[in-house]
Amino acid sequence: MLTLFGDPTVWLPVVFAVLMGLSILIYVVLDGYDLGVGLLCARATAEEKDRMIASIGPFWDANETWLVLAVGLLLVAFPIAHGQILSTLYIPVVIMLVGLILRGVSFEFRAKVQVERQYLWNRSFFAGSLMTALAQGYMLGLYVMGLEQTVGTVIFACLTAVCLAAGYAFIGACWLIWRTEGALQRKAVVWAQRLLLLVVLGILAVSLASPLVSPRIFGRWFVVPEVLLLAPLPLLSIAIVTGLRLGLRHLPARGDAFSWAPFAAALGLFVLAFAGLAYSFYPYVVPERLTIYDAASAPESLLIILIGTLFVLPVIVAYTALSYWIFRGKARDLTYD
Amino acid sequence: MDLDPVILARIQFAANISFHILFPTITIALGWVLLGFKLAYQRSKDEKWMEAYRFWVKVFALSFAMGVVSGITMSFQFGTNWPGFMETVGNIAGPLLAYEVITAFFLEAVFIGIMLFGSRRVPNWLHTLATFLVAFGTTMSAFWILALNSWMHTPAGFELRDGVVHASDWMAIIFNPSLPYRLTHMLLASGLTVAFLITGLSAFRWLLGDRSAGLRAVLRTGLVMAAVLIPVQIFVGDLHGLNTLEHQPQKVAAMEGNWETQSRVPLLLFAIPDEEARENRFEIGIPYGASLILKHDTDGVVPGLNDFVGEHPPVAPVFFAFRVMVGIGLLMLAFSWCGVWLTRGGRQPHPWLARGLVAMTFSGWVATLSGWYVTEIGRQPWLVTGVLRTADAISTVPAPIIAGSLTLYLAIYGLLLTAYIGVLLHLSRKVARGEGLGPSADPAGRLTTVAAE
Repeated sequence: MLTLFGDPTVWLPVVFAVLMGLSILIYVVLDGYDLGVGLLCARATAEEKDRMIASIGPFWDANETWLVLAVGLLLVAFPIAHGQILSTLYIPVVIMLVGLILRGVSFEFRAKVQVERQYLWNRSFFAGSLMTALAQGYMLGLYVMGLEQTVGTVIFACLTAVCLAAGYAFIGACWLIWRTEGALQRKAVVWAQRLLLLVVLGILAVSLASPLVSPRIFGRWFVVPEVLLLAPLPLLSIAIVTGLRLGLRHLPARGDAFSWAPFAAALGLFVLAFAGLAYSFYPYVVPERLTIYDAASAPESLLIILIGTLFVLPVIVAYTALSYWIFRGKARDLTYD
Repeated sequence: MDLDPVILARIQFAANISFHILFPTITIALGWVLLGFKLAYQRSKDEKWMEAYRFWVKVFALSFAMGVVSGITMSFQFGTNWPGFMETVGNIAGPLLAYEVITAFFLEAVFIGIMLFGSRRVPNWLHTLATFLVAFGTTMSAFWILALNSWMHTPAGFELRDGVVHASDWMAIIFNPSLPYRLTHMLLASGLTVAFLITGLSAFRWLLGDRSAGLRAVLRTGLVMAAVLIPVQIFVGDLHGLNTLEHQPQKVAAMEGNWETQSRVPLLLFAIPDEEARENRFEIGIPYGASLILKHDTDGVVPGLNDFVGEHPPVAPVFFAFRVMVGIGLLMLAFSWCGVWLTRGGRQPHPWLARGLVAMTFSGWVATLSGWYVTEIGRQPWLVTGVLRTADAISTVPAPIIAGSLTLYLAIYGLLLTAYIGVLLHLSRKVARGEGLGPSADPAGRLTTVAAE
């Protein structure tokens, strides 16, 4: 059974790398927009905060689960890499976890405490979102730098920290353009326009830095024919950014036309950036040190998970879609009844 | 300062898991209780059950969020602090954890959105179904976690190749020898925790003057639930102990504070175990008690700690934690049976009974934590019995960094626990004063009118 598709020690690690990458991508997009909404809350009035949080209330929990799945898959499929990556990134991981804790409980606490205390939980909601976003950006930067910690790589990681936070705030603003109306929606358009610049800067920084620090990555991009085959990635990104720059000026449009478009465009931009990163680092799971083949667990264990995943994943997608369908349209106030 | 990273990492893990376990302990059973309230309403059309649902669903949502965020912390700690764990037993721990995420986490996380906010957007049957799926998800999650935890106590269905564990029989791994006892014991512990939580907060509201019909119904539900579950729990606990005696005799020896392997061992009510002198001080015991309970024979031979020198857990914490757990269990028995009797036939609870129940509000937490310490400290010095020692699973993170993260976690956990209990009391006061249920309360004000009666 194991050898039905050829050597399982070759294809199983690839399958799990794809599953893990997919799970990280879904996490970044989904929790990205709700973390972004958390960041933008700092710029909103009390009433707008309620509406903004109502727009993500039914979703954030499931969004965050994709992170658990991604880390779970790393843990399961590449246990040695899991240990190496997470013990190197110990401090940012702790900061991220504290951020996730603060943020997650603030949703519930802010709706239940005395009115005078609400501002405290609003602040912790913002602080938690900020800590999480910055820590994840810092980890991304350090990962791109091959998990080396020198003055230069740390400065770079600080830059990516700010840029990823901006990226989350950007996709959060796009979500709000889609899911809110009136003054808040107009505000969100302005946020999205301003943040787009930082997003472009972030993508540029990672795209330039990764081939420069790694001759291997340089070699994977800048040779014929790869450079031609890969050209659609940067070209499509430029097209999307240009489209966003021009399009955002005309939003919100009459009859709320195209209010979904910026979110779709942001999604496209995230997918392209992620595809570029994935191509650069494959087949390494710890950059330049450990490939997915070296780090993979026993095939029997991976197969057990794969079978379960293949049955369960469509079900997860189905009920996630159901939830987005139930809570479709402009955000309304959330009530428990 | 000279800090030991192994000790620090253990304290940090213990702090994390102690904090985490508090909330699943509530949500596992509360999910089913909520489903019960909802079904009771559908059957009787009595609005009091819907009030109960609306109040307790808030407690559920808050506990659920606390459980989720602390659970995420747990999943990262395997990698940050215990890389040796996954490197050695990852082939077994990994799939069990993965199955928890894909079969339970997503189910809970998606349907809790519909359960909390969807009742006006979806048909009633779908809302009931969402409540059921959330309850089912939490229980499913408990099943996978306890399968892994039980396997760490009584490993089965594996073989060692080059020091790494490989799975050979998944059914034997999942349904390992201690799973049935551990799972049942934990589910009952959750039921008891919730029973005392709902009676405790209801008694608190009653003392504040709340006399609504719904309140009395919930109070009675909690009392009856506790009265039924506690004898079952005592029985299951006994079976669990016998199972532990079979697989981890050194743990039972520490629980009993028994040093020598001998017959006619007394059941110690109190003692201070002295591990250096390898004896107990200030012993008060019931003659033959331990032999009778463990072997069902006063002449039964009970294994002693001296057979396991260097291989048994620290005695005092296991010994005392076990007594705290059993003591609270007996208090639960007394309170629930008295409570059911004293509130029979529509009688109002006596103020002293109500005060006692308020004092017992979080007794389930204390009992669960003590039980958890008995079983987890009792497994030491092993992380996976006979396979992996705790000290061999540790990461190379320097002690000062762990000390820093530990301080941060402890501060956050202290703050959140205070806030959590504060909010439960605040919600209870608010509804007892008839002010509805907070910013997202029922706009029609039905609760207000009923609560003000």
